[in-house]
Amino acid sequence: MEFFGLFNYWVFIFLMMAGFYLLLSARNLVKKIVGLNLFQTSVFVFYVSAGKVTGGTVPIQQEGITSYSNPLPHVLILTAIVVGVASTALGLSLILKIKDTYGTMEEDEIDSLDVAT
Amino acid sequence: MIEQHAIALVVVVPLLAAPLCVLTGRGRWAWTVATAAVWSSFALALHLVQRVLSEGPITYAMGGWQPPVGIEFRLDAAGALVMLVITGIATIVAPYARKSVEREVDDFRQHRFYACLLLCLCGLLGMTITADAFNLFVFLEISSLSTYALVAMGRDRRAFTAAFRYLLIGTVGATFYLLGIGFLYILTGTLNMADMAERLVQPAWDGEGLVHQTRTARAAFAFLTVGLSMKIAIWPLHLWLPNVYAYAPSAVSAFLSATATKVAVLVLLRMFYTVDGLAAPFSTLPVADTLVPLAIIGALGTSILAIYQDDLKRALAYSSVAQVGYIVLGIGLASTAGLSASLLHLFNHALMKGALFCAMGCIVYRVGSTRINAVRGVGRSMPWTTAALLLGGLSLIGVPLTAGFTSKWALVSAILEQERWFTAALMLVSSLLAIIYVGRIIGIVLLSKRPRGAPQVGEAPAWMVAPTLVLALLNLYFGIASDTSSELALRAAQALEEVAR
Repeated sequence: MEFFGLFNYWVFIFLMMAGFYLLLSARNLVKKIVGLNLFQTSVFVFYVSAGKVTGGTVPIQQEGITSYSNPLPHVLILTAIVVGVASTALGLSLILKIKDTYGTMEEDEIDSLDVAT
Repeated sequence: MIEQHAIALVVVVPLLAAPLCVLTGRGRWAWTVATAAVWSSFALALHLVQRVLSEGPITYAMGGWQPPVGIEFRLDAAGALVMLVITGIATIVAPYARKSVEREVDDFRQHRFYACLLLCLCGLLGMTITADAFNLFVFLEISSLSTYALVAMGRDRRAFTAAFRYLLIGTVGATFYLLGIGFLYILTGTLNMADMAERLVQPAWDGEGLVHQTRTARAAFAFLTVGLSMKIAIWPLHLWLPNVYAYAPSAVSAFLSATATKVAVLVLLRMFYTVDGLAAPFSTLPVADTLVPLAIIGALGTSILAIYQDDLKRALAYSSVAQVGYIVLGIGLASTAGLSASLLHLFNHALMKGALFCAMGCIVYRVGSTRINAVRGVGRSMPWTTAALLLGGLSLIGVPLTAGFTSKWALVSAILEQERWFTAALMLVSSLLAIIYVGRIIGIVLLSKRPRGAPQVGEAPAWMVAPTLVLALLNLYFGIASDTSSELALRAAQALEEVAR
């Protein structure tokens, strides 16, 4: 029971490790950014699922409702998503620049080009 | 009114000036706006520091929402020390940037350069004064994102790859921080640091022990430590740093090397002393056992690497990792003397690396590169730059009468106070290595002859030389009048420990 009771954490751990592995192992820079995105999103999922209160409703004040989910983690994650979008955009534009100057976006080819000069 | 809101204004002024810089659309005007903003920020910071030292910590409820629900800004002596370093260095680098940026950054990009510099300043200042853990994450990302953009504006194409790698590592670090804060939020239900500290020492929900003894809390602090270590560049998480400092524009190298890692150190201290302070993390968590060996290995290993670099800026960057090792070593000692020595070294290292990287920028302005073959013998035709290089270098080694000596002396005394002879010996070895790499830099720039056929160079413009010399002379000033800085560092250490006890 314990395993299924905590399934949101298992999802988060799997997503996080998958993203981190991709980030570390991929040689292609765009794949690295995808891995980074997955990694960040897993933490967002973790926050959002942590705000859920069992049996709670949407956090809008209404008569007769006493139990509602915690809205604060959701608001925090809205900010974090904006930050995530900004870093993804910056990362992709850096890849464009790298592709322009090096003519490739494979990490090992970039490294060998740098060693050559 | 300004007095009441000064603590918010010190962050808001650079934040609002940044879009203004973009709107000017011209490099020169953007520089004027940026310099005015940085200087007014410095004036506000001086006022705040003086108030903190005479009256004690200042708190400010952002937007009138009272903490712990609202976001709180809080400045204590430790924050004041770091704020003084950030705004002070920015004030000196701002006039320096004018000529340096004209030479190193494309015309159409200069106004954006200043906008990013202001955003970076805003983020760093925000990190020093916020008392809200999530707000700190936002400021961390403001400063990081603008730093990636600033680094990518370097002349060399390797600036792009350096910025990209920094983006990957920096974002992973920040996400680890976010995750750690998430764990703590789940445990305590608050984001205000002081509030968190109180709730961490209450009984845990399962009735066994206190909240901070749970595995979740330990995991949270593990994530926070690793995440912030990436930002601080503690060995072995420093791999992003050498290329970033080496290929960023000179003004950015000077500003970042003096400020960015220092602020991350302060945040790490906040996590241990403010958030986990009531739980005495240094006796309940293996903090010291983790930090001290890493700091020592880092200080030794990167000092050796610094000796073998072909590029002088890269050598200085490796030396930065070694110096960060000293700062972390002081924290790992977990004593008042160690902490204040560490904070003093933080202050002094900003001065010496600021001066050295500024001097490198002057050389880049004339020669276009800091590779050994290009800079051989330029020192004779650039006397003022070389003087600054010499002063900064001596301070880096820790020669008496320079700032570097006072902090290294304090650090060694703090180590010997605990009778860790071996650690002290290793630290001295690492200082000897500093003599070698600084000596090598001086030897190449000053003592060796300019190769035949190499273009003759003159002194860099006064706009650049004057700030460089000011930084270099500050090394001398704080070496002789070391009471001021030592006193400030001690007050900062006590302010941090006051919460912890």
